[in-house]
Amino acid sequence: METLLDEIVAKYNYWIYVVLMMIGFYAMIGKSNLVKKLIGMNIFQTAIILMFISAGVKKGGGIPILDKQAVLERGVEAASIVNPLPHVLMLTAIVVAVSVTGVALAILQRIHGQFGTLEEDEILEKIER
Amino acid sequence: MKDHYTLPQDRPIGPSLIIELSCRILIPFIQLFALYVIAHGHYSPGGGFQGGVLLGASYILMAIAFDQKTSMRFFPLRANTALAGTGVFLYTGTGLACALLGGLFLDYSALEPLFPPLGPVEWRSMGIFIVEVGVGLAVMSIMVSLFWDLASGGKMDKGL
Amino acid sequence: MKKRALISTLFTGALLLYGTGDFPPWGDPNAPAARHVSPLYIERSVEDTHVPNVVTAVLADYRGYDTMFETIVIFCAGVVVVSALRRPDA
Repeated sequence: METLLDEIVAKYNYWIYVVLMMIGFYAMIGKSNLVKKLIGMNIFQTAIILMFISAGVKKGGGIPILDKQAVLERGVEAASIVNPLPHVLMLTAIVVAVSVTGVALAILQRIHGQFGTLEEDEILEKIER
Repeated sequence: MKDHYTLPQDRPIGPSLIIELSCRILIPFIQLFALYVIAHGHYSPGGGFQGGVLLGASYILMAIAFDQKTSMRFFPLRANTALAGTGVFLYTGTGLACALLGGLFLDYSALEPLFPPLGPVEWRSMGIFIVEVGVGLAVMSIMVSLFWDLASGGKMDKGL
Repeated sequence: MKKRALISTLFTGALLLYGTGDFPPWGDPNAPAARHVSPLYIERSVEDTHVPNVVTAVLADYRGYDTMFETIVIFCAGVVVVSALRRPDA
Protein backbone atom coordinates (compact mmCIF):
# COMPACT_ATOMS: atom_id res chain seq x y z
CA MET A 1 0.00 0.00 0.00
CA GLU A 2 2.78 2.39 0.94
CA THR A 3 4.71 1.71 -2.23
CA LEU A 4 1.60 2.20 -4.38
CA LEU A 5 0.94 5.56 -2.73
CA ASP A 6 4.56 6.60 -3.26
CA GLU A 7 4.31 5.54 -6.88
CA ILE A 8 1.15 7.63 -7.37
CA VAL A 9 2.65 10.72 -5.72
CA ALA A 10 5.87 10.45 -7.74
CA LYS A 11 3.99 10.15 -11.04
CA TYR A 12 0.70 11.96 -10.42
CA ASN A 13 1.00 13.87 -13.70
CA TYR A 14 0.65 10.61 -15.64
CA TRP A 15 -2.38 9.60 -13.55
CA ILE A 16 -4.09 12.91 -14.33
CA TYR A 17 -3.42 12.52 -18.03
CA VAL A 18 -4.66 8.93 -18.05
CA VAL A 19 -7.91 9.96 -16.32
CA LEU A 20 -8.43 12.86 -18.74
CA MET A 21 -7.67 10.56 -21.67
CA MET A 22 -10.21 8.00 -20.43
CA ILE A 23 -12.90 10.70 -20.22
CA GLY A 24 -12.18 11.83 -23.78
CA PHE A 25 -11.94 8.28 -25.10
CA TYR A 26 -15.26 7.30 -23.53
CA ALA A 27 -16.93 10.35 -25.02
CA MET A 28 -15.50 9.46 -28.45
CA ILE A 29 -16.67 5.84 -28.54
CA GLY A 30 -19.61 5.76 -26.10
CA LYS A 31 -21.69 8.79 -27.09
CA SER A 32 -23.86 8.77 -30.19
CA ASN A 33 -24.08 12.54 -30.65
CA LEU A 34 -21.42 13.75 -33.09
CA VAL A 35 -20.81 17.06 -31.26
CA LYS A 36 -20.18 15.13 -28.03
CA LYS A 37 -17.70 12.96 -29.90
CA LEU A 38 -15.92 16.13 -31.06
CA ILE A 39 -15.80 17.46 -27.49
CA GLY A 40 -14.34 14.13 -26.41
CA MET A 41 -11.65 14.43 -29.07
CA ASN A 42 -10.74 17.89 -27.73
CA ILE A 43 -10.44 16.51 -24.19
CA PHE A 44 -8.22 13.72 -25.55
CA GLN A 45 -5.95 16.27 -27.23
CA THR A 46 -5.74 18.26 -23.99
CA ALA A 47 -4.63 15.11 -22.18
CA ILE A 48 -1.85 14.51 -24.71
CA ILE A 49 -0.71 18.14 -24.46
CA LEU A 50 -0.64 17.88 -20.66
CA MET A 51 1.44 14.71 -20.84
CA PHE A 52 4.03 16.25 -23.16
CA ILE A 53 4.34 19.47 -21.15
CA SER A 54 4.72 17.59 -17.88
CA ALA A 55 7.40 15.39 -19.49
CA GLY A 56 9.49 18.52 -20.11
CA VAL A 57 9.60 19.68 -16.49
CA LYS A 58 12.86 19.57 -14.55
CA LYS A 59 12.76 20.14 -10.81
CA GLY A 60 14.10 23.61 -10.04
CA GLY A 61 14.49 24.44 -13.73
CA GLY A 62 13.94 27.95 -15.05
CA ILE A 63 11.92 29.08 -18.07
CA PRO A 64 13.57 28.55 -21.48
CA ILE A 65 14.18 32.26 -22.04
CA LEU A 66 17.83 33.01 -21.44
CA ASP A 67 19.89 36.10 -20.66
CA LYS A 68 21.68 36.81 -23.93
CA GLN A 69 24.76 38.60 -22.58
CA ALA A 70 25.31 36.17 -19.71
CA VAL A 71 24.97 33.15 -21.97
CA LEU A 72 27.35 34.58 -24.58
CA GLU A 73 29.95 35.23 -21.86
CA ARG A 74 29.61 32.21 -19.61
CA GLY A 75 27.37 29.66 -21.34
CA VAL A 76 24.42 27.91 -19.71
CA GLU A 77 23.94 24.64 -17.89
CA ALA A 78 21.28 22.53 -19.57
CA ALA A 79 20.01 21.03 -16.29
CA SER A 80 18.93 24.47 -14.99
CA ILE A 81 16.46 25.10 -17.85
CA VAL A 82 13.32 23.08 -18.54
CA ASN A 83 13.21 21.05 -21.75
CA PRO A 84 12.00 23.40 -24.54
CA LEU A 85 11.26 20.68 -27.08
CA PRO A 86 7.81 19.60 -25.73
CA HIS A 87 6.76 23.26 -25.63
CA VAL A 88 7.57 23.64 -29.33
CA LEU A 89 5.81 20.43 -30.31
CA MET A 90 2.70 21.30 -28.30
CA LEU A 91 2.62 24.84 -29.69
CA THR A 92 2.15 23.33 -33.13
CA ALA A 93 -0.21 20.65 -31.77
CA ILE A 94 -2.55 23.27 -30.31
CA VAL A 95 -2.86 25.05 -33.65
CA VAL A 96 -3.42 21.77 -35.47
CA ALA A 97 -6.12 20.95 -32.88
CA VAL A 98 -7.86 24.24 -33.70
CA SER A 99 -7.71 23.44 -37.44
CA VAL A 100 -9.08 19.94 -36.88
CA THR A 101 -11.92 21.33 -34.74
CA GLY A 102 -12.77 23.89 -37.40
CA VAL A 103 -12.90 21.32 -40.21
CA ALA A 104 -14.93 18.93 -38.03
CA LEU A 105 -17.45 21.65 -37.17
CA ALA A 106 -17.80 22.55 -40.86
CA ILE A 107 -18.47 18.90 -41.75
CA LEU A 108 -20.99 18.66 -38.88
CA GLN A 109 -22.81 21.71 -40.25
CA ARG A 110 -23.06 20.04 -43.65
CA ILE A 111 -24.31 16.80 -42.04
CA HIS A 112 -26.94 18.74 -40.11
CA GLY A 113 -28.05 20.48 -43.28
CA GLN A 114 -28.32 17.16 -45.12
CA PHE A 115 -29.99 14.98 -42.48
CA GLY A 116 -31.48 17.43 -39.97
CA THR A 117 -29.92 15.63 -37.02
CA LEU A 118 -26.55 14.95 -35.41
CA GLU A 119 -27.45 11.65 -33.70
CA GLU A 120 -25.39 8.83 -35.17
CA ASP A 121 -28.13 6.14 -35.20
CA GLU A 122 -30.72 8.46 -36.77
CA ILE A 123 -28.25 9.40 -39.52
CA LEU A 124 -27.52 5.72 -40.21
CA GLU A 125 -31.27 5.04 -40.38
CA LYS A 126 -31.73 7.84 -42.91
CA ILE A 127 -28.83 6.63 -45.02
CA GLU A 128 -30.24 3.08 -45.21
CA ARG A 129 -33.66 4.33 -46.27
CA MET B 1 -22.25 57.47 -34.62
CA LYS B 2 -25.99 58.09 -34.81
CA ASP B 3 -26.95 55.56 -37.46
CA HIS B 4 -24.94 52.87 -35.76
CA TYR B 5 -27.55 52.39 -33.05
CA THR B 6 -30.37 51.76 -35.51
CA LEU B 7 -29.31 48.15 -36.06
CA PRO B 8 -31.95 45.73 -37.38
CA GLN B 9 -34.24 44.81 -34.54
CA ASP B 10 -34.72 41.15 -35.50
CA ARG B 11 -31.69 40.04 -33.51
CA PRO B 12 -32.62 38.04 -30.42
CA ILE B 13 -30.71 40.44 -28.17
CA GLY B 14 -30.69 44.07 -29.18
CA PRO B 15 -27.56 46.22 -29.34
CA SER B 16 -26.09 47.00 -25.97
CA LEU B 17 -24.38 50.35 -25.43
CA ILE B 18 -22.00 49.03 -22.77
CA ILE B 19 -20.76 46.05 -24.79
CA GLU B 20 -20.34 48.02 -27.99
CA LEU B 21 -18.55 50.92 -26.33
CA SER B 22 -16.18 48.71 -24.38
CA CYS B 23 -15.38 46.67 -27.51
CA ARG B 24 -14.77 49.89 -29.41
CA ILE B 25 -12.17 50.86 -26.80
CA LEU B 26 -10.70 47.36 -26.34
CA ILE B 27 -10.15 46.26 -29.94
CA PRO B 28 -7.31 48.68 -30.86
CA PHE B 29 -5.44 47.71 -27.70
CA ILE B 30 -5.89 44.00 -28.42
CA GLN B 31 -4.45 44.51 -31.90
CA LEU B 32 -1.55 46.58 -30.56
CA PHE B 33 -0.80 43.89 -28.01
CA ALA B 34 -0.95 41.24 -30.74
CA LEU B 35 1.63 43.11 -32.81
CA TYR B 36 3.80 43.41 -29.69
CA VAL B 37 3.52 39.66 -29.09
CA ILE B 38 4.60 38.91 -32.67
CA ALA B 39 7.47 41.39 -32.72
CA HIS B 40 8.72 40.58 -29.21
CA GLY B 41 8.66 36.82 -29.68
CA HIS B 42 12.46 36.71 -29.60
CA TYR B 43 12.72 38.04 -26.04
CA SER B 44 9.54 36.96 -24.25
CA PRO B 45 6.83 34.30 -24.55
CA GLY B 46 5.16 34.89 -27.86
CA GLY B 47 5.61 34.54 -31.57
CA GLY B 48 3.66 34.12 -34.75
CA PHE B 49 1.03 31.66 -33.58
CA GLN B 50 0.08 33.49 -30.39
CA GLY B 51 0.08 36.94 -31.97
CA GLY B 52 -1.88 35.71 -34.98
CA VAL B 53 -4.54 34.17 -32.76
CA LEU B 54 -4.80 37.45 -30.81
CA LEU B 55 -5.17 39.47 -34.02
CA GLY B 56 -7.86 37.05 -35.21
CA ALA B 57 -9.60 37.26 -31.83
CA SER B 58 -9.93 41.03 -32.18
CA TYR B 59 -11.89 40.62 -35.43
CA ILE B 60 -13.93 37.77 -33.95
CA LEU B 61 -14.78 40.02 -30.99
CA MET B 62 -15.91 42.63 -33.50
CA ALA B 63 -18.12 40.06 -35.24
CA ILE B 64 -19.66 38.96 -31.93
CA ALA B 65 -20.20 42.37 -30.36
CA PHE B 66 -21.52 44.16 -33.44
CA ASP B 67 -22.31 42.15 -36.51
CA GLN B 68 -20.47 39.98 -38.98
CA LYS B 69 -20.97 42.64 -41.65
CA THR B 70 -19.11 45.14 -39.46
CA SER B 71 -16.07 42.93 -39.11
CA MET B 72 -16.18 42.17 -42.84
CA ARG B 73 -16.17 45.90 -43.53
CA PHE B 74 -12.97 46.37 -41.52
CA PHE B 75 -11.34 43.18 -42.87
CA PRO B 76 -12.66 42.49 -46.39
CA LEU B 77 -12.98 38.97 -47.68
CA ARG B 78 -10.50 39.60 -50.49
CA ALA B 79 -7.88 40.88 -48.03
CA ASN B 80 -8.49 37.82 -45.87
CA THR B 81 -7.85 35.39 -48.70
CA ALA B 82 -4.84 37.37 -49.91
CA LEU B 83 -3.26 37.55 -46.44
CA ALA B 84 -3.68 33.82 -45.83
CA GLY B 85 -1.82 33.10 -49.04
CA THR B 86 0.76 35.80 -48.31
CA GLY B 87 1.56 34.30 -44.92
CA VAL B 88 2.24 30.83 -46.28
CA PHE B 89 4.16 32.30 -49.21
CA LEU B 90 6.32 34.43 -46.87
CA TYR B 91 7.41 31.27 -45.03
CA THR B 92 8.09 29.07 -48.05
CA GLY B 93 9.48 32.02 -50.01
CA THR B 94 12.04 32.71 -47.28
CA GLY B 95 13.12 29.08 -47.44
CA LEU B 96 13.34 29.25 -51.21
CA ALA B 97 15.36 32.48 -51.07
CA CYS B 98 17.85 30.75 -48.76
CA ALA B 99 18.16 27.92 -51.25
CA LEU B 100 18.57 30.30 -54.22
CA LEU B 101 21.28 32.31 -52.41
CA GLY B 102 23.39 29.21 -52.06
CA GLY B 103 22.48 27.78 -48.66
CA LEU B 104 20.20 24.98 -47.63
CA PHE B 105 16.41 25.30 -47.64
CA LEU B 106 15.39 27.33 -44.54
CA ASP B 107 19.03 27.96 -43.52
CA TYR B 108 18.57 31.67 -42.84
CA SER B 109 22.29 32.46 -42.54
CA ALA B 110 22.45 32.13 -46.34
CA LEU B 111 20.44 35.37 -46.58
CA GLU B 112 23.53 37.36 -45.55
CA PRO B 113 24.31 38.81 -49.06
CA LEU B 114 21.05 40.80 -48.86
CA PHE B 115 22.54 43.04 -46.13
CA PRO B 116 26.10 41.94 -45.23
CA PRO B 117 26.76 44.20 -42.18
CA LEU B 118 24.32 42.13 -40.11
CA GLY B 119 26.40 38.96 -40.33
CA PRO B 120 25.20 35.37 -40.62
CA VAL B 121 24.17 34.94 -36.96
CA GLU B 122 22.02 38.07 -36.85
CA TRP B 123 20.51 37.04 -40.18
CA ARG B 124 19.34 33.81 -38.59
CA SER B 125 17.54 35.91 -35.98
CA MET B 126 16.10 38.10 -38.75
CA GLY B 127 14.97 35.06 -40.74
CA ILE B 128 13.12 33.76 -37.69
CA PHE B 129 11.34 37.13 -37.44
CA ILE B 130 10.27 37.12 -41.12
CA VAL B 131 8.98 33.58 -40.77
CA GLU B 132 7.05 34.45 -37.60
CA VAL B 133 5.35 37.36 -39.38
CA GLY B 134 4.28 34.97 -42.14
CA VAL B 135 2.90 32.49 -39.61
CA GLY B 136 1.05 35.31 -37.83
CA LEU B 137 -0.61 36.53 -41.04
CA ALA B 138 -1.71 33.02 -42.05
CA VAL B 139 -3.05 32.12 -38.60
CA MET B 140 -4.95 35.41 -38.28
CA SER B 141 -6.73 35.12 -41.64
CA ILE B 142 -7.56 31.45 -41.24
CA MET B 143 -8.96 31.96 -37.70
CA VAL B 144 -11.19 34.82 -38.87
CA SER B 145 -12.38 32.97 -41.98
CA LEU B 146 -13.12 29.83 -39.95
CA PHE B 147 -15.26 31.87 -37.57
CA TRP B 148 -17.10 33.69 -40.37
CA ASP B 149 -17.90 30.50 -42.22
CA LEU B 150 -19.01 28.57 -39.14
CA ALA B 151 -21.03 31.41 -37.61
CA SER B 152 -23.03 32.25 -40.73
CA GLY B 153 -23.28 28.71 -42.12
CA GLY B 154 -21.30 29.82 -45.17
CA LYS B 155 -23.85 32.44 -46.20
CA MET B 156 -21.60 35.38 -45.15
CA ASP B 157 -24.59 37.41 -43.96
CA LYS B 158 -24.86 39.08 -40.58
CA GLY B 159 -23.95 35.91 -38.73
CA LEU B 160 -24.72 35.09 -35.13
CA MET C 1 -23.04 -0.43 -26.52
CA LYS C 2 -22.41 1.86 -23.55
CA LYS C 3 -21.18 -1.07 -21.48
CA ARG C 4 -18.74 -2.18 -24.15
CA ALA C 5 -17.42 1.37 -24.49
CA LEU C 6 -16.95 1.63 -20.73
CA ILE C 7 -15.15 -1.70 -20.54
CA SER C 8 -12.75 -0.89 -23.38
CA THR C 9 -12.09 2.56 -21.90
CA LEU C 10 -11.26 1.11 -18.50
CA PHE C 11 -9.07 -1.55 -20.13
CA THR C 12 -7.11 1.09 -22.07
CA GLY C 13 -6.73 3.22 -18.95
CA ALA C 14 -5.47 0.25 -16.94
CA LEU C 15 -2.94 -0.59 -19.67
CA LEU C 16 -1.67 3.00 -19.72
CA LEU C 17 -1.42 3.12 -15.92
CA TYR C 18 0.54 -0.13 -16.02
CA GLY C 19 2.82 1.50 -18.60
CA THR C 20 3.53 4.53 -16.39
CA GLY C 21 5.58 2.21 -14.16
CA ASP C 22 8.45 2.53 -16.62
CA PHE C 23 8.14 6.29 -16.98
CA PRO C 24 10.58 8.65 -15.24
CA PRO C 25 9.26 10.42 -12.11
CA TRP C 26 7.89 13.95 -12.36
CA GLY C 27 10.58 16.62 -12.70
CA ASP C 28 13.48 14.21 -13.19
CA PRO C 29 16.39 16.15 -14.76
CA ASN C 30 17.87 12.92 -16.15
CA ALA C 31 14.70 11.79 -17.93
CA PRO C 32 15.34 10.30 -21.39
CA ALA C 33 13.43 13.15 -23.01
CA ALA C 34 15.86 15.68 -21.50
CA ARG C 35 19.05 13.94 -22.58
CA HIS C 36 18.98 13.54 -26.35
CA VAL C 37 18.90 16.83 -28.32
CA SER C 38 17.35 19.29 -25.89
CA PRO C 39 20.63 20.07 -24.02
CA LEU C 40 22.17 21.00 -27.36
CA TYR C 41 19.25 23.31 -28.12
CA ILE C 42 19.56 25.02 -24.73
CA GLU C 43 23.32 25.43 -24.85
CA ARG C 44 23.75 26.43 -28.49
CA SER C 45 20.63 28.41 -29.48
CA VAL C 46 21.84 31.81 -28.24
CA GLU C 47 25.28 31.32 -29.78
CA ASP C 48 23.82 30.09 -33.08
CA THR C 49 20.93 32.48 -33.60
CA HIS C 50 21.20 35.36 -31.03
CA VAL C 51 17.62 34.61 -29.92
CA PRO C 52 17.20 34.41 -26.12
CA ASN C 53 13.86 32.60 -26.35
CA VAL C 54 14.86 28.97 -26.91
CA VAL C 55 11.32 27.96 -27.88
CA THR C 56 11.24 30.48 -30.74
CA ALA C 57 14.69 29.44 -31.93
CA VAL C 58 13.78 25.75 -31.99
CA LEU C 59 10.36 26.46 -33.53
CA ALA C 60 11.46 28.53 -36.50
CA ASP C 61 15.11 27.63 -37.01
CA TYR C 62 16.11 24.14 -35.89
CA ARG C 63 12.70 22.68 -36.68
CA GLY C 64 11.71 25.00 -39.49
CA TYR C 65 10.30 22.23 -41.68
CA ASP C 66 7.89 21.22 -38.91
CA THR C 67 6.52 24.74 -38.57
CA MET C 68 6.39 25.27 -42.34
CA PHE C 69 4.22 22.23 -42.97
CA GLU C 70 2.17 23.09 -39.94
CA THR C 71 1.38 26.49 -41.47
CA ILE C 72 0.40 24.63 -44.63
CA VAL C 73 -1.87 22.41 -42.52
CA ILE C 74 -3.69 25.49 -41.18
CA PHE C 75 -3.96 26.86 -44.72
CA CYS C 76 -5.45 23.56 -45.91
CA ALA C 77 -7.95 23.62 -43.03
CA GLY C 78 -9.06 27.09 -44.12
CA VAL C 79 -9.41 25.96 -47.75
CA VAL C 80 -11.41 22.88 -46.69
CA VAL C 81 -13.83 24.90 -44.56
CA VAL C 82 -14.35 27.45 -47.32
CA SER C 83 -14.98 24.79 -49.96
CA ALA C 84 -17.27 22.77 -47.68
CA LEU C 85 -19.42 25.60 -46.38
CA ARG C 86 -19.25 28.86 -48.27
CA ARG C 87 -22.29 29.57 -50.45
CA PRO C 88 -22.42 33.39 -50.62
CA ASP C 89 -25.45 33.53 -52.96
CA ALA C 90 -27.65 30.93 -51.24
